[in-house]
Order: sequence, then structure tokens, then C-alpha cells
Amino acid sequence: MIDPRHGFDRKASLYVAAGKVAAVGEAPGGWHANRVLDAAGLVVCPGLIDSSARLREPGFEYKATLESELAAAVAGGVTSLACPPDTDPPLDEPGLVQMLKHRARSLNQAHVYPIGALTVGLKGDTITEMGELTEAGCIAFSQADAALADTQVLLRALQYAATFGYRVWLRPQDVHLARGGVAHDGEVATRLGLPAIPGFAETIALDAIFELVRATGVHVHLARLSTHDGVARMRAAKKAGLPVTCDVAIHHVHLCDVDIGWFNAHCHLVPPLRGTRDRAALRAGLVDGTVDLICSDHTPVDDDAKQLPFAEAEPGATALELLLPLTLQWAKEEKLPLSAALDRITAAPARVLGLDAGHLAPGADADVCVFDPDLHWVVAPSALRSQGKNTPFLGLELSGKVRYTLVGGQVVHEG
Amino acid sequence: MHNPQLNADGELQHLLTLEGLPAEIIGRILDTAVPFVSIAERDVKKVPLLRGKAVFNLFFENSTRTRTTFEIAAKRLSADVINLNIGVSSTAKGETLLDTIDNLVAMNADMFIVRHGQSGAPHLIAQHLSATNRSHIHVVNAGDGRHGHPTQGLLDLFTIRHYKRYFRELTVAIVGDVLHSRVARSLIHGLTTLGTPEVRVIGPQTLLPTAVEALGVHVFHDMRQGLAGCDVVVMLRLQSERMKGSLLPSAGEFFKHYGLTVEKLKLAKPDAIVMHPGPMNRGVEIDSAVADGTHSVILPQVTFGIAVRMAVMSILAGN
Amino acid sequence: MTTGSLPDAEITLGRLAEKMRDAVAFDAKLIGIYSGGAWLAERLADMLDGEHPVGYIDVSFYRDDYAQKGLRAKLATTTLPFEVPGSRIVLVDDVLYTGRSVRAAINELFDYGRPDSIELAVLIDRGGRELPIEATYVGARLAVARDLSIVLQRHLDGRLELSVEPAGSVAGA
Repeated sequence: MIDPRHGFDRKASLYVAAGKVAAVGEAPGGWHANRVLDAAGLVVCPGLIDSSARLREPGFEYKATLESELAAAVAGGVTSLACPPDTDPPLDEPGLVQMLKHRARSLNQAHVYPIGALTVGLKGDTITEMGELTEAGCIAFSQADAALADTQVLLRALQYAATFGYRVWLRPQDVHLARGGVAHDGEVATRLGLPAIPGFAETIALDAIFELVRATGVHVHLARLSTHDGVARMRAAKKAGLPVTCDVAIHHVHLCDVDIGWFNAHCHLVPPLRGTRDRAALRAGLVDGTVDLICSDHTPVDDDAKQLPFAEAEPGATALELLLPLTLQWAKEEKLPLSAALDRITAAPARVLGLDAGHLAPGADADVCVFDPDLHWVVAPSALRSQGKNTPFLGLELSGKVRYTLVGGQVVHEG
Repeated sequence: MHNPQLNADGELQHLLTLEGLPAEIIGRILDTAVPFVSIAERDVKKVPLLRGKAVFNLFFENSTRTRTTFEIAAKRLSADVINLNIGVSSTAKGETLLDTIDNLVAMNADMFIVRHGQSGAPHLIAQHLSATNRSHIHVVNAGDGRHGHPTQGLLDLFTIRHYKRYFRELTVAIVGDVLHSRVARSLIHGLTTLGTPEVRVIGPQTLLPTAVEALGVHVFHDMRQGLAGCDVVVMLRLQSERMKGSLLPSAGEFFKHYGLTVEKLKLAKPDAIVMHPGPMNRGVEIDSAVADGTHSVILPQVTFGIAVRMAVMSILAGN
Repeated sequence: MTTGSLPDAEITLGRLAEKMRDAVAFDAKLIGIYSGGAWLAERLADMLDGEHPVGYIDVSFYRDDYAQKGLRAKLATTTLPFEVPGSRIVLVDDVLYTGRSVRAAINELFDYGRPDSIELAVLIDRGGRELPIEATYVGARLAVARDLSIVLQRHLDGRLELSVEPAGSVAGA
């Protein structure tokens, strides 16, 4: 059993009752189990917390639904997830947020924490009713991938959020420099003739955001870091004591622009897959804590939208069910203790999302993931519960499969 | 990494890009084009190689020139040619690229000549055909986005070989908007594969792609320096849109710095040849005196283009 | 059959020229099928009396086995330095076997125009016809097993020589 937040890493039994962790190690007095899950040879850890998964509701039900994606989440061992506001309509009204939360709750799968839109319609003009949205259940505010080029509007939005202690999530990408680009500006984009996004589109945006953080004191979480220089900027900002955190998508931990090969549209992602130097910096940043956590950035895309020339294909990859095995893969490659790797997808996202979750001390919600680290499986459409089958890892064999997922003490997935 | 252009026997299955194409295959295409040049000089300009084969010209981007040369080439091989200007037909109604392909396959297409505004479209089509068990249908890339124009690259190589013989001794300069040019990319790959020791690109920073040196070229911003001692000068077409994107202030300023004039051409070797993929913008990238002068081989390029395309299609259709 | 039992190419060429000397038209044009026929056409032009312009034909674009075997790797260029319409032509080839190369050559020639007549001169007729084609002038006849090819070579000094190779190493004629 591994509980990264409490530094727990040894063989032990876990006792769950009334939706909470009752005890770790020794059974409480008078214990009688209704069910025993034999976890011999398996790993028991806190349910994974994914800081970014698109569920596609409301508005994009032909791509995916809450039913399919929450089933995919628990199949991947994810018991809590945050979803970005770029639904249709965007999550800029309390009613939409309430409906989403209600729908998700009724399905009794993973906990869903919506991130509200920072501006109305995500248009970047007027700020949303952050108070109302927080009351409805939003845990943070963001523009997702929508542009917010007007720095004055951004400043006002951050000031407002800072006033009430709301957290703001921003994707660092200068909208003008990134315009029209679909791949990292480097040798690969040059060879393939793809419109490109320079690395400094990220660093220029980061510099601006850090200045605004300094000026307003708002807590900003930088979503989807992708560059070497971006990681360096984060390191300096944290050292200077700015209230900032950041994440990286699991794809950018493993892949780089070379993996696009001959225009593989499954590698069309936002931000783009960058160079080997960038990937190395992201991995190093995860190890030394500059990069706080890994998310799946789960984005189911229908086949029709992917079977197009690279630049026209819709960006994104399905990843809820790959977050765990790919994180384990990264840990193995970096020779990291399992606990440190799992921290990045349990305790760390809990911290950033402001949740009392991602750990298994007595009294905690019994959100648990039980997995077999050595079970090999091939990534195939039939093996994925998500409606999105779009992943660069199609056809590859990974190791690490979830055997049981518990949410609130109930077994919601058995594999 | 598996080369999607070659079949399991290492033979050419599709022509999608010159990048990664073995020198032997490039050489064979050029050698095969030689007899096709003389066919053009006969009265009956046809040979029966592709008789009964249906060649579909799929042009998602308008280009009368390229489409016409492919049509002529296919007809000289006795193929049945069907021209599809997709801009005005199905895709405008929302049919996907691959649906269009599937429909045409159902009409017994043997070969697709594809021009598309997006890089990678011919690769997508080739991959789709292979994934749906139609590997006997061949795809020829007639220009995809900025990525490649392999038949143009081949006819440029053929032209250079015709006038200059050995690539291993040449200095070749490519001038102009390399950033947006599929012609430049294909030619660079072809030249480096055939062992050209000095390939230069000449242009302003705004029109040269990032990390272009990685393709094996030397970058020059000063055209006079770049032209010094060149055996071959290839002028690229400058599209008027480039002025709108703030890549360049004006055509006039471009001509001043990067236009090919008689005076600048004197910096190249005395027997240098001047090439242009066409259509030319006289007075923008090239002076009329040069375009019509003795160094220019721009018109022979067109003739060679038909022969080279005949060679490509007859090698593919036989594999 | 071994190379040792093959007739001598030079002697056979002499016999072929003998047969042609009094029979061919005085203005006949010799068109050799690459590459063996080409060498023979050049030699015959010297050996026969009168002016006989020589042309060369590569039949690769007219072969009937393109669908099975694809385009041949080595191509030569058909070069006919005279008008075909109204000409009396003698096609020259080294070995006449199935007759398919000659069929291809005739089809190709007709794409240059309508000749007055076409005759066929071959160094060796090895039988095994698959088409109704016969040579007008034959140097020598041989029976050859199906798994063997007869090959004509030209040495640096111009001397011609016949040899035997396993079939498949050279495209059948």
C-alpha cells in the first residue's frame, strides 16, 4: 500500500467502512468485512486525481458522454477529476455547472470538479460571476485553450479572483505567436511543412502572467507546460515565492515532435509536442518538483475529426485510462520510487485543486485505486472504455492495469 | 521508421515525398524519363503502358498548369484520365477527404494524383488505402501544403542533370520564399540525397523556416554572396499573400534584395542555369531579361516535367 | 546444352548476311532491337551492299508483360533517324523465341507511321513460339530447353559471342 502524502509505502491492509478509510494496517476492533478484495501482488494507492479531463458534456455528446468518460475514468483508477470549461455552452453560468455536477453525481462514478469559465463565453471580454460559479461548485477559473489577448482584461480578471481567493488556471501561450500553428517550431515542422508555434510563445506568455501574479497576488496554476525555458521560468518564479503551480500532460512526458512521424494526427496536441530538450526539461522538472503534477489532458475526439490532414485534425488525445500506466512507465525510466511518481497523480493534484483527497489516512474518503503494476496490455480501441479512441499510443503494449476502483467506499470498477 | 512509399519488396508504391527516397529509386525515375522525352517528339506521342487504367486527378487546390501536365502525361501513357476539381464539388458539401477517396475507389480508380492545401494529405490517403486493403491503388503527391512537390523536385533534378551531368560537383542556390515552398523542400531533399555538396537557400529571415540548416543547406541573407560561384540558380515564386502577412513590405523591396537580374546573375558561374517552377512573377522574383535569356532553362523544365511524370506513373503502375 | 555446343556467333552472322544480301530491298532500313539486335543491325549495315540506315528500338513501353513484371529497370531510347512511313524495314533481333518482343516492336513501329513492309532478320531461331511470328532471314536454328536463355554478348573489340544462361536472368524474347 502506497500513500505518498503520508510517506506510507509498505505491505498493509486497508479497512474501509461507511465510505471512509476506517483503518490502515490493523483491523479496527470488532471488524467484520462484507467483502474482501485480495490485493496480493497488487498496489493499493489513493484514487488518482486528474486535473484535466474533458467529459464533452454539455454540447459535444457525439464525441463522448459523462457515462462513457466517467466509466473510463474509474477504469483508469481516477476517482476525482477536474474538467475544463470549454463545453458548449461554456461553463460560464451557475445553472450549467449545477446540472453537470448533478449529472455526474447521479452516475456514482468519479467525483467531478468543474473549472468555471474566467470570461463570459470564454470570449475574453467580460469576467464571469465567479462568486456564483464557486457556489455552484467550480473549484477554479480558466480560459481553457481560448485566447485572452487583452492583457487589461486579464489583469482585471486576476485582480477580481485575487480579491476573493479564487484560483485561476491559465495556459501560457501567446495567442498571436501561436496563430495558425499546429506543431512545434523546429526541424520536424520545417521538414513536414507544418505551420509552427515557437517555444517563446509559451515563455512570453509566462513572463506576462508572472508579472500579473506579482501585481495581484492571485494564485495561478499554469496548465500544460511544454518548453525547456518554460520550466526554467517556473523554477525561478517559485524560487521568488510567487503563488504559482503548474502541470504537464502525460503525453509531453513521453513524446516529442519526432513522434509525429509521417503526419500522425494522434500526435496533434495542444500545446504541441516539442523537442527532445523540452521533454527532458519537463521530466527533470517533475522530479525536482518544479512541475507539480501530471494530468491526462483527456480529450476524446471522434474518428472523423482525426482522420484528416494533420493541421485540420482536431487536437487532443484520449488518456484517462493511460494516465496510470504511462506514469508508471515514466517512474521506471527515471528509476523513481513508486511513491514519488504516484504523488504526482494523487497528493499533488489534490493540493493544487484544494481538495482533501488523494490520501488514505483514517477518516479520509475511501477513494482507492488497486492496480497490478506488472499486468501488460495492448492499447487497442476495444480495450478503452472512453468513446475517444484517439491516442498516439495505439498498438503499444503498456504495463499497469487497474483491478479495482473504489469511490466513497463502493467498488465502481472491477477489471 | 517504415517508409510508407515503398512496398514490402522495397519497390515504389506511392510517390509522396523525396525525403527518405533512396538515391537508386530517384536515379531510376530520372533514367526512365529519358526515353519519354523523345516520345514527345514523335507524331504519335502515346505508349500503351497504362491502357485500361483509370487515373484520377484530385485537385483540392486549383492549379491548371500542374493538372494539365499530369493529364497530358497520363494520356500519353494511354490511361483514362478523370479530372476532379474538388473545391466545387463534394467537399464543399461537407464530404470528408477519405469519403471522397472511398467513393472514387468504388469507381475503380487505379491511381490518384493528389494536390491538397494541407501538408500530409497524400500520406493520409495512402495510409487509408493500405488500412482498407487497397494497396494496389497508387498515390502521387502533386503538392501538399508546404510539405512537398516530389514530381517538381524530380523534374528539377532531371533538368539539372540534363545540363550539368554530375550532382557531386555542383553548387545550387534556391532563392525566395523557402518557408512556404513545397518545391524548395522537395528539391533540397533530392539534391542532398544525390550528393550535391553545396545547397544554398537565399532569402530574408521572414521567409526561411526555423532550423532549415538541419535539411543540409547553407543559409544566405545576402543574395550577392549566396550567388557567388553557383552552377544552378532556382528562383521560387513569391505569392502576393506574403505581403499581407507582414512577412515582406512590398514586391518592390523584395525584388531589390532578392530579385534575379542580369547584373546579379554575373556573380554565378558563366555557364550557370536559371530555373523557376512557374508561374513566374516577372519583375518580382525575376527580371524578364533573365527569364528570357540564354541562362534560362525554364521552358525545357516544362517539357521535362511531362516526361518525368510519365516515368513516375509508369514505374508505379508496374509495381 | 552448354556454351560449347552453341554455334559461333560471327560465323552465324556471316551466314545471315549471305541470306540477306540478294534478298533485302536496296533501300531497306535496318532497325535493331536493343541491345543484341542493335549490335547486329550495325554489323549487317556494313556487311550488306548499298546504303542501309540503322535505327534502334527499345520495346520496353510496348511489352505485354508490364502488368506482371512492371517496367524494366534499364531503358534505352528508341532512335529512328529516318521516316517510318513509306519505308521498307528489316527488324533485327538476336534470338527469336516466343515472338513477343517482335510483336511489341511492330506495334511500336506503327506508332511512328505506316511502313511499306517489315521483314524480320534474326541470328538464332530457337523455336518455342507463342505468337504467329516468323523470321524472314534466320542465321541458325537451335532447340533449347525452356529453362535456358541464349544470350548475345559484344566484346570490347566488337566481336560477338553467344552463350547460355539460366532463364530468368535475361528477359525472354
